Amino acid sequence: MIRHLISAGDLSRDDALLILDTAGELAQMADRPIRKLPTLRGRTVVNLFYEDSTRTRISFEAAAKRLSADVINFSAKGSSVAKGESLKDTALTLEAMGADAVVIRHGASGAPHRLAHWVRGSVVNAGDGTHEHPTQALLDAFTMRSRLGRLEGLRVMIVGDVLHSRVARSNVLLLHTLGAEVTLVAPPTLLPVAVSSWPCEVSYDLDSELPKTDVIMMLRVQAERMNAAYFPTVREYSRRYGLDGDRMAMLPEHAIVMHPGPMNRGVEIAAGVADSARSTIVEQVANGVSIRMAVLYLMLGGAELGTERSEAVR
Amino acid sequence: MTTGNGVHDGDGSGLAGGWLIRGARPLGGPQADLLLRDGVITAVGDGLSDTGAQVLDATGLIALPGLVDLHAHLREPGREDAETVLTGTAAAALGGFTAVHAMANTDPVADTAGVVEQIWRLGRRAGYCDVRPVGAVTAGLAGGQLAELGAMADSAARVRVFSDDGRCVSDAVLMRRALEYVKAFDGVIAQHAQEPRLTDGAQVNEGVISARLGLAGWPAVAEEAIIARDCLLAAHVDSALHVCHVSTAGSVEIIRWAKAKGWRVTAEVTPHHLLLTDELAVNYDPVYKVNPPLRTAADVAALREGLADGTIDCVATDHAPHPLEDKETEWQAAAFGMTGLETALRVVHTAMVETGMLDWAGVADRMSVRPAAIGRLDASGALQGSGAPVHGAALAVGSPANLVLYDPAAMDPVDPSQHASRSRNSPFAGLLLPGRVQATFLRGVPTVLEGKLAR
Repeated sequence: MIRHLISAGDLSRDDALLILDTAGELAQMADRPIRKLPTLRGRTVVNLFYEDSTRTRISFEAAAKRLSADVINFSAKGSSVAKGESLKDTALTLEAMGADAVVIRHGASGAPHRLAHWVRGSVVNAGDGTHEHPTQALLDAFTMRSRLGRLEGLRVMIVGDVLHSRVARSNVLLLHTLGAEVTLVAPPTLLPVAVSSWPCEVSYDLDSELPKTDVIMMLRVQAERMNAAYFPTVREYSRRYGLDGDRMAMLPEHAIVMHPGPMNRGVEIAAGVADSARSTIVEQVANGVSIRMAVLYLMLGGAELGTERSEAVR
Repeated sequence: MTTGNGVHDGDGSGLAGGWLIRGARPLGGPQADLLLRDGVITAVGDGLSDTGAQVLDATGLIALPGLVDLHAHLREPGREDAETVLTGTAAAALGGFTAVHAMANTDPVADTAGVVEQIWRLGRRAGYCDVRPVGAVTAGLAGGQLAELGAMADSAARVRVFSDDGRCVSDAVLMRRALEYVKAFDGVIAQHAQEPRLTDGAQVNEGVISARLGLAGWPAVAEEAIIARDCLLAAHVDSALHVCHVSTAGSVEIIRWAKAKGWRVTAEVTPHHLLLTDELAVNYDPVYKVNPPLRTAADVAALREGLADGTIDCVATDHAPHPLEDKETEWQAAAFGMTGLETALRVVHTAMVETGMLDWAGVADRMSVRPAAIGRLDASGALQGSGAPVHGAALAVGSPANLVLYDPAAMDPVDPSQHASRSRNSPFAGLLLPGRVQATFLRGVPTVLEGKLAR
């Protein structure tokens, strides 16, 4: 297993499948009376969050605690970070405290790469700027596989602000590794200029793609993009690229609707779609904990899962 | 010819008899001896008699006219933690330079006669090479109104090159006026070509790498659009435009076109843009963060072609020292810029000479003769008779004794910790590069001997 998880592209097919399989076993354990495993007892996991992201932080925190790790939450607010301490100094502090893993969320693309130079522990990227969010891609893949039974050959559409989306980058890389076929759908302004270098298809036309897809993943679109002229108005964006009930009806019977959250209901996704039976949005959150448990478990070199389980059940 | 008991000890030239450089290869050609006396080259030929001169065995070394840098950031006044005129000119001398142009983005900005004279005096005191201050085009580099260009031109510093470098003079009317105004004293506007709206928050070249890294893209068109506009403006008012740090293949094309029209357009390229590509950003190490950004291999190839065929007139370092804390950060927070004075000639050796695209005469032309002419430092330039020093002259009898002796056979990894620059942000750190500057002479006085500062 890799030492750091910074990009979904770092994962080989075998690594990715091992994480998904391990998450599957850990998810089953969540239904047992004793949910906690002793695997990471005595190990320290630091959640280093430079951006507000309650949902991701709580997900990592729950994952680490269920593995019995000591968890330290280090957020930009109320810490020395707010006083202008550099990332490097923070890293050295964490190093001195003996962090075995640092989960980092940062507004600057590449911050986890820098951090990995300065700490000995494992670095897990929990979202960096407009770069990547690999555990989100893993939990998305896990959700797709749970719902649809496979990833190989699956047709996945990712719709919206691809240019600024760390979720899209990680999903394209991971789904490609796992044999799915990804199509990005967005106005041309919200696609990277060199998107043709990515291992996926690209379309500007949502409606023509809908009947051909197994999974549609809607990305959050931020109103401030309008001010930078990425699209004329939120209403026009919603008309052309939003998923409403009519469009959902154009999807194949089995197709699922995903969203990494937080949603702008009524913008990229209609409320009725978000709350429909096809939506996996709540499942994604639950699966997030299992995936993050698997990542921490495998990266921090936990013992064989089988022995752990019997111990936990005892 | 004077003999060894001259009166020139006082100028620091060491022995009164000057220097006899034995067996150097001027411009990489046949071996010759050079006799330097009274600040000028007094004899060139085979088997010159030393007649009291100190002898320097230069067998195997290439002799080039002292290099001239049109573009360096010496940081003084204001950011003496990054560089001073003293450390910056020491770095320049070690790189083979005898003249450097000091960019105007100091603090305070070099936008008045007082500040440019201060920088000029600091250069004279340092003594490692001639410092030619560049004046700001607009007051405070703010892009609002013209700085007092005439006052800077008339000052003791005799400013002829004006630039808002670091920022683009993006207002078309202001650029037009600046180009027109400096015609009165044969000045040149050196433009930092960067359309600001197209590069808001930009971090790396827009393309495959920016898409992958999720860093805001810096499109080539942001540079090319300004260059095209400015070429047309320069043509319209018949003035002299110099394009700083050209970095894209498209820019080379536009400049080639403007030159074919006979317009007064010159251009420079940095050593780093001749050797490095945007792929170096993949680990987000800000030592590779620079403005304009590193581009693609295709751009590098076009820049080399452009420098070889003369479309790009010269190499300029854009030496941009930064303290460690401004580079040991996440990419977005880091400062733009790379040091370059101490590695420029070695990088050009690698990119242009080893590839067969330039011979040593070509290197002398692109790193001394032409930049001296653009900076109005050549013997026929506007500054002649003003007391300003002459640079870029041929290694011939009667020329000022500004020259560099370069060992092309050396081969060493770049070690920034050994640099005289106060900063360590060299993108070439650890890279095995050919060549070594063995000696630099400024008007007959060695500033560098045996690869070390001579004083």
